[in-house]
Amino acid sequence: MGDLRERNERVWGWLADVPDPEIPVISIVDLGIVREVNWHDEPAGAVCEVVITPTYSGCPATEVIGRSIEEALRERGVERVRLQSRIAPAWTTDWLTSEGRRKLQEYGIAPPARRADGRQVIDISGLRRHTADDAPAACPHCGSANTEPISRHGSTPCKALHRCLDCLEPFDYFKCH
Amino acid sequence: MLLDDKSVYLMRLGDNALVLSQRLSEWCGKGPAFEEDMALTNIALDLIGQARMWLSYAGEVEGRGRDEDALAFRRDSHEFTNLLLVEQPNGDYAQTLVRQFFFDAWHQLVLEALRRSSDDRIADIAAKAIKEVAYHLRRSSDLVVRLGDGSAESRRRMQDAVDELWMFTGEMFNADETEELLGAQGLACDPSTLMDAWLAMVSEVFAEATLELPAGEWMQKGGKQGRHGEHLGLLLAEMQFLQRAYPGATW
Repeated sequence: MGDLRERNERVWGWLADVPDPEIPVISIVDLGIVREVNWHDEPAGAVCEVVITPTYSGCPATEVIGRSIEEALRERGVERVRLQSRIAPAWTTDWLTSEGRRKLQEYGIAPPARRADGRQVIDISGLRRHTADDAPAACPHCGSANTEPISRHGSTPCKALHRCLDCLEPFDYFKCH
Repeated sequence: MLLDDKSVYLMRLGDNALVLSQRLSEWCGKGPAFEEDMALTNIALDLIGQARMWLSYAGEVEGRGRDEDALAFRRDSHEFTNLLLVEQPNGDYAQTLVRQFFFDAWHQLVLEALRRSSDDRIADIAAKAIKEVAYHLRRSSDLVVRLGDGSAESRRRMQDAVDELWMFTGEMFNADETEELLGAQGLACDPSTLMDAWLAMVSEVFAEATLELPAGEWMQKGGKQGRHGEHLGLLLAEMQFLQRAYPGATW
């Protein structure tokens, strides 16, 4: 199967075609949850190890993603696949690829507006200020910056609901996390 | 002590998340507004994910072959070690919300301390969970302000809930031998050290919410040692029914 680097690149390419089950417009590579691809030579043959990290602790998509990876690699002739789940360092929306952000936007989901790094350290004094802390940069439909939050939680753990005050369309916002 | 201290401590963390998650999921489809329904179920989902990480680790450390499912579904109420606060019934929305706020504020402080645990896996789970819990706390503190400093009716209900649940908050800061021991080793967090920060946070939010801190000093205790009220048994009866009736069932 060629040298290691070639093999790895091919696997990364295949994984880039595996859609996220809940937001199928982006792939699991775009989402930043594939952390590593490693090969291990074992007596029974080479094993392809894929290291993934969950987005939110309880995200039900995690198990589906594992199965999709195994399927995608087996279809392309990788017989022995091993999945490894790793929680540290914790997944962050800073790992979304620029390609992923672009696809979200086109699909109608506003991508995270800022870097998430360090946001988990919170100070709840000045509550009012924090309420509007994490807001989309622009409405994904008309581009207006004039938006307001509707709900902090949306259809999946990673999203919140907002509404555009100019075109009046509601839209999903991919929260900074 | 029969089990070793570390698995006991991990189980407490898992049981808090699991029991509160089950309580919140009772609101599914019945929230007072669509947004609240989604919020509570999303928070329940985060907590169930956290419970799985803690309980899996507890089972491994314990070394008796019990996995997360065995610990969640095959223990009776006296073996559960969650805080009494999280097993309290949902009541009206004010009670659900005040319970959540008291817990979120504490939970965030605990996880912040555990991020510095000498045990790498504990530190990793805490670092993962705290990102979710920070979001929970932002929401619950904001809602406490909105409903406390809301209408006369919402304020009355919030104050009633605060007065009723206050006696379950003391237990959060009562360190027992396990916590003192593991706290001294740098592996866990001695909860008595969190009291001042928690009280400061709660006082600040209550001031903005026009709610009063109760004067009562008498506190309930025993949850961490497996002494629970009647509510937990009923919660477990529902949560564990399937695995009790059809042991090992999968689908």
